[in-house]
Amino acid sequence: MVGQALTGNGAKPHIVVRDLTMAFGSFVLMRDLNFTVNHGDVFIIMGGSGSGKSTLLRHMIGLIEPAKGDIFYGDKNFTEAEPEQRQELLRRMGVLFQTGGLWSSMTLAENIGMLLEEYTDLRAAEIREVASLKLALVGLKGFEDYYPSQISGGMQKRAGLARAMALDPEVLFFDEPSAGLDPISSRLLDELILELRDSLGATVVVVTHELASIFTIGNNSVFLDPEAKTMTASGDPKELLAHCPDPKVQAFLRRGEIRRIHE
Amino acid sequence: MSDQGRLSFIQAQDGTLVIRLVGAWSLRAGIPSTADVQGQVASTGILRGVAFDSRELTSWDSSVLTFLVEVSELCRQRGIPMDREGLPVGVQKLLDLAEAVPERKGARREVTEASFLERIGTSTLGVAGSSKEMLAFLGEMTVTFFALLRLKARYRASDLFLLIQQCGAQALPIVTLISFLVGVILAFVGAVQLKQFGAQIYVADLVGIAMMREMGAMMTGIIMAGRTGAAFAAQLGTMKVTQEVDAFTTAGFSPLEFLVLPRVMALILMMPLLCLYSDFVGVIGGAVIGVGMLDLSWTTYFHETANAISLTDMFGGVFKSSVYGVLIALSGCLRGLQCGNSSSAVGDAATSAVVTGIVAIVVACGLFAVVFYILGI
Repeated sequence: MVGQALTGNGAKPHIVVRDLTMAFGSFVLMRDLNFTVNHGDVFIIMGGSGSGKSTLLRHMIGLIEPAKGDIFYGDKNFTEAEPEQRQELLRRMGVLFQTGGLWSSMTLAENIGMLLEEYTDLRAAEIREVASLKLALVGLKGFEDYYPSQISGGMQKRAGLARAMALDPEVLFFDEPSAGLDPISSRLLDELILELRDSLGATVVVVTHELASIFTIGNNSVFLDPEAKTMTASGDPKELLAHCPDPKVQAFLRRGEIRRIHE
Repeated sequence: MSDQGRLSFIQAQDGTLVIRLVGAWSLRAGIPSTADVQGQVASTGILRGVAFDSRELTSWDSSVLTFLVEVSELCRQRGIPMDREGLPVGVQKLLDLAEAVPERKGARREVTEASFLERIGTSTLGVAGSSKEMLAFLGEMTVTFFALLRLKARYRASDLFLLIQQCGAQALPIVTLISFLVGVILAFVGAVQLKQFGAQIYVADLVGIAMMREMGAMMTGIIMAGRTGAAFAAQLGTMKVTQEVDAFTTAGFSPLEFLVLPRVMALILMMPLLCLYSDFVGVIGGAVIGVGMLDLSWTTYFHETANAISLTDMFGGVFKSSVYGVLIALSGCLRGLQCGNSSSAVGDAATSAVVTGIVAIVVACGLFAVVFYILGI
């Protein structure tokens, strides 16, 4: 395994994953995952298709319980938290699902408003204003009263992001943000992610295998190897590209070895 | 086809086996078996290598590749070098590509015939697992229901009203049709028998009591299981696939409160109304036969019906329909939330919701019959 988080310079740990084993019944997907995400990181979970990236993310947001190990947010143990404490922690997270995950029976403004209604004391008119603001931030001003099915896939992703940001979360999770987007939209989304990190001061965790995104936005990462059934590298993706000795990590970061045959 | 692909073999002087590929090879004509090659390899004493001659090969497609991959595997197993020079360049490249990525260890599924006992064991565990899930769901729903009674449940009122419209008003046409026909059928069956001893007037009693006590609730239940139960399962199943349910959970909203509760409430509220309506339409269906075939007057028919049925009969039916409503909603939502991650899983969920719903209704109907008999209702 290559060195731990390389961000250094006294960064404060935000998320700590310790000895995590992910398993379905007796089938072990990944074991011994240990990594730290610092405050303000853009942390990339990378690995080939089927390596359990999304599953790791689902563990981190509590949709799947770990077979073994703990996940800490700050000094709070998320895995062992009581339901109320866990709700408290969840409230500080925002998640953008792979398919957007917008509630299809509600308009975009209602999607965002739901959260504000539940967790703030704002009045209806104020909620509407905040929802419009969030939509404006992702470039969807004027689409407040559209239903998710009436807008394109890229717009759904952005609307999903607006909803994820509704409560100004401390951690933002992105599950394959650029899947199904054209190169320009996915580039814009990358920029948006960086801007949000900078302006909100949020920590960002991204599941992706888009190399362009990985190098543009990531400053910390973990590489999952499905054959070793564990993580085989972690740290800044650019550092990994330069120094990581693991051939699989190198192949991944250099777009694989399949090219060599034809050369 | 005269020009179909063929194989022939030449034993070269230096101990290599040359496989000649001749003619036009096409998947449509089938893939030649490697048995001949195996035979040749086995019959040759010392084999130094395998080579190919494709000069007479006029065209090729995946059939050649499939054949060659098998030959290559055979050579690898026996440690015989395979010379690919004689193959067309395209075939060589594709072969390289097919062998570039080694098979992932453990990726290949073991296809084993499970023994009879093993299958019984697996399905027993499956039944145990699904009963456990069902009990957990019922338990959580009970907790949610108490939250509702304490006015602490969170759901969107607009969702509830929309659902009430969907499973109330919009179900009226189909309920009308079926109930009317059930009334007509009951009257027919009764009329044939009762006419024999001139007791036609009792058709009104028969239809009235049957509709009020059993058929009204039962028929609405079955219609709603097929119509609304399936819709619930498909809606929730799709929401599962599109991660909307996950989004509820991570936002700290309970899917049971937001999705299941309004559906259960909509059916609890609408089923009694639909059942009353069905009772009424069924009686009219009976009256149409009574008046049209048995020469009774409308007044006599309705007078007889009113004498025959009691409020207890009617409320018994209405109460049952409410219970059926709960069963339909719960089985629809349970199957929807258990839905897997594909479009076919949504179809399975809808099918399973209807089956579960109807089975639950029939079982409940039987239990009610026994309980009502004991209580003397």
